Amino acid sequence: MDELEAIKVTFFQECEELLADLEGGLLAMQDGNDDGDTVNAVFRAVHSIKGGAGAFGLEPLVRFAHVFETLLDALRSNEIPGTPDLTALLLRASDVLADHVSAARGLGTVDMDASAAMAAELKAATDPNAAPAPAAVVEDAPAEAAAPTYVDAAAPIVIGAEDGLDDDDLGFDFQPMTITLDAQAADAAVLDEGNVWTVSIRPKSDLYRKANETALLLRELSRLGPIQATLDDGAMPALEFLDPEAAYVTWSVRVETEQGEEAIREVFEFVDGDCDLEITRGEAPVADVLASLMEVGAPAPAAEPVVEAAPVETVAIETPVEEPVLAAPVVPEAAPAPAPVSAPVPATPPVAANAPAAPAGAKPAQIDVPGPGQSVIRVDPERIDRLIDLVGELVINQAMLAQRVGEYGIAPSSNLAMGLDELEQLTREIQDSVMAIRAQPVKSVFQRMPRLVREVANMTGKQARLVMDGENTEVDKTVIERLADPITHMLRNAIDHGLESPEERKAAGKNPEGVVRLAALHRSGRIVIEVQDDGKGINRERVFGIAVKKGLISPDLQLTDEEIDNLIFLPGFSTAEKISDVSGRGVGMDVVKRSVQALGGRISISSRPGQGSTFTLSLPLTLAVLDGMVVDVAGETLVIPLACIVESLRPKAEEIRPLGPSGSVLAVRDSFVPLIDVGLTLNYRDQSPAATEGVVLLVEGEDGSRAALVADAIHGQRQVVIKSLEQNYQQVEGVAAATILGDGRVALILDVDAVINLRRRGPPLPSDPTLIAAE
Amino acid sequence: MTEANTTSSNETRELISFRVGEQEYCVDIMAVREIRGWSPATTLPQSPSYMRGVINLRGAVLPIMDLAARIGMPTTEPNVRSVFIVVQADSRTVGLLVDAVSDILSITDDMCQPTPDIACENVRHFVKGIISIEGRMISEISLDRLLPEREALAA
Repeated sequence: MDELEAIKVTFFQECEELLADLEGGLLAMQDGNDDGDTVNAVFRAVHSIKGGAGAFGLEPLVRFAHVFETLLDALRSNEIPGTPDLTALLLRASDVLADHVSAARGLGTVDMDASAAMAAELKAATDPNAAPAPAAVVEDAPAEAAAPTYVDAAAPIVIGAEDGLDDDDLGFDFQPMTITLDAQAADAAVLDEGNVWTVSIRPKSDLYRKANETALLLRELSRLGPIQATLDDGAMPALEFLDPEAAYVTWSVRVETEQGEEAIREVFEFVDGDCDLEITRGEAPVADVLASLMEVGAPAPAAEPVVEAAPVETVAIETPVEEPVLAAPVVPEAAPAPAPVSAPVPATPPVAANAPAAPAGAKPAQIDVPGPGQSVIRVDPERIDRLIDLVGELVINQAMLAQRVGEYGIAPSSNLAMGLDELEQLTREIQDSVMAIRAQPVKSVFQRMPRLVREVANMTGKQARLVMDGENTEVDKTVIERLADPITHMLRNAIDHGLESPEERKAAGKNPEGVVRLAALHRSGRIVIEVQDDGKGINRERVFGIAVKKGLISPDLQLTDEEIDNLIFLPGFSTAEKISDVSGRGVGMDVVKRSVQALGGRISISSRPGQGSTFTLSLPLTLAVLDGMVVDVAGETLVIPLACIVESLRPKAEEIRPLGPSGSVLAVRDSFVPLIDVGLTLNYRDQSPAATEGVVLLVEGEDGSRAALVADAIHGQRQVVIKSLEQNYQQVEGVAAATILGDGRVALILDVDAVINLRRRGPPLPSDPTLIAAE
Repeated sequence: MTEANTTSSNETRELISFRVGEQEYCVDIMAVREIRGWSPATTLPQSPSYMRGVINLRGAVLPIMDLAARIGMPTTEPNVRSVFIVVQADSRTVGLLVDAVSDILSITDDMCQPTPDIACENVRHFVKGIISIEGRMISEISLDRLLPEREALAA
């Protein structure tokens, strides 16, 4: 049972990926990229979900996925044209499918009415062209009987029948379409009332060896429609000759189903090659097959009319089968006739003879071709964490070695030094590769957002289009997992509070459809997420009024625009006049801010009335490696992230201008940048030395503001491993993290933005809150 | 885990005792990870005076706390005999800077006395009991209270 659960967990993990692929594909189609590959990828995703769900007996999911799949199938065979409306429908269907998956997982429920409505809509979209085309196929199919693989041979016919539809799109590979034919044939079969199939299954011993089970197969078959299964144990040897691990029996099943051969074949997908499978259309063959089987097998029951015959052996299956399977080994019919039961069955047209070949041919098209994200190895994250730690140690160790060798004054051209250089290169490569294992594109989070935007827009009656940028920005997996909540909040806010209603937008001369931009980028060694809307911007008067009304600030407070904007992060602040389903419970932005800060991140906002607002969220790339500049400040070694350094220079006395009582600025090519003495800001010293004696690093903060940091000396540029300070201690203002240098000592990595802000605020308070709290 | 706080008096516990200035203190041996010789620490900015800084303990960043300063005595001037005791408190590992390690004590709970009331606030906060052994007075440190609350500073 546990094992099954484990497999189920894997299945749901795969579902996540498949749903992401599905949505990604649909979005690509929405953007006009509806080539065959995309449609096929989308189809495969739904198909795989259905297949897996079937294996776990997740009924509602299977049913919905099937309807969905049928429509996609029609789409990829160009039976129905791809239109923006259809893509929108498919997107909504993918949302419902995702709901079904979650429900099957036990997370949430599915609105069954909505699901049924969606299924009906999908069916309606599938129908119009489905009927006529297959009719032609069915007529032609028998004519192609002689062809080695019926599917391939028949495929062109489908296309021929539909030539009028869209010639251009027929250029893409025919292979995947072959399955379509089956489905169409099935549909046609319904029309022709030929929806009775005969399936002959002769399991090989391998089937059982792989822990497959005929009972499950029959149960699956019974899902397609009422079945009648007949067991032929004619090949069963006498007990003394019986090999307990061999397979002797053959099942003959009469299936009444409106679904096509493909559906039947799908049941046997997992036992492909492990059993001889014959699928024949029609009732008559049933009798033939059975008769022939019976003749081969036990003589006595063969005399009786087939279908009602031999109550012991014929079991009508509506519910899960237990008996027949148990019966199989038990019924010890002494029938020595060893004739292979599944020998070519007479009167079974094309399908039978090619049965084994057909699935083999069809399968690669739908399963064996790995879609994006399918060719993955699942590894316990702990193992990777361990590896990352070890590589971190290796890097430090390598740096130590290099430093020691340097101390001994060994010539750079010596073998030792050259070997060390190579080691350094290798170390770096290993490190990059290991980090790459854990780094993941933010895509996995971003992909959930289009749906959110659709839903929120629907709920609030607004029109919103989501534009995403930098989905491939990579960030450590641990950060990715924690990105989803803040992004969700910020997007909801942008649509609910930021965007105007379509009418308002029209009145303001804007496109009624609002644009919300979600972007990810690396900046200053951090990941920055921006959520930008082109809505009305923050109504500062109102925000101020509300904050006063709620008693959050005093009414005579003079605030800058920026400060007013930041009021929305205050706990208990909500500008929504009426509480909507989406946001406005007053738990929005302050929660976001707190959760972001808990991660060592920051959130800021900028807004322009009438033009929209931008929320900027920045988070550290935890456990990442950082390229930094190693500097000396007041006897301490500090690392400044290279990413935020614009340039370094030795200032001349005339470039430094005092400003105010204690401040000074540096003139850099006609612009004036505040000078910040790092040692003073971090309380390493009380008096800052003259800036001309040190080195100035021109840095740029996340908000684009510049500052000139004064350090005593520059040691050079180095790659350092980020070590958390929080693990054993806590966050320290002005310090992003720590690292271990080549001499084995800990050096602190400067948080440039925090240093700039510290300086703006003036000298830090001397007292320590925790000390007071503790004493 | 750190403190076997049993009321039954006959259970034996082992403690490591050490010198801070002229006084003797101890911690439960189960909380002690290792004892290391002094090495210079990297100063942490914006941190209380009792934080000596951080050192590299086999690849991990280990904060070093001056125990004397933490309990309100003058800061320790580290010398060659100074050591730090690496202890586990909550989920965090910290190094406590002390003057010297004295010995390992086996005590039962009935040798433990409550901290006398006259002691100052700091002592009452950090000392959870006093042990009298062979005429010596050894104060047992309450490790859980040594580290500042994480949230308090992060906010």
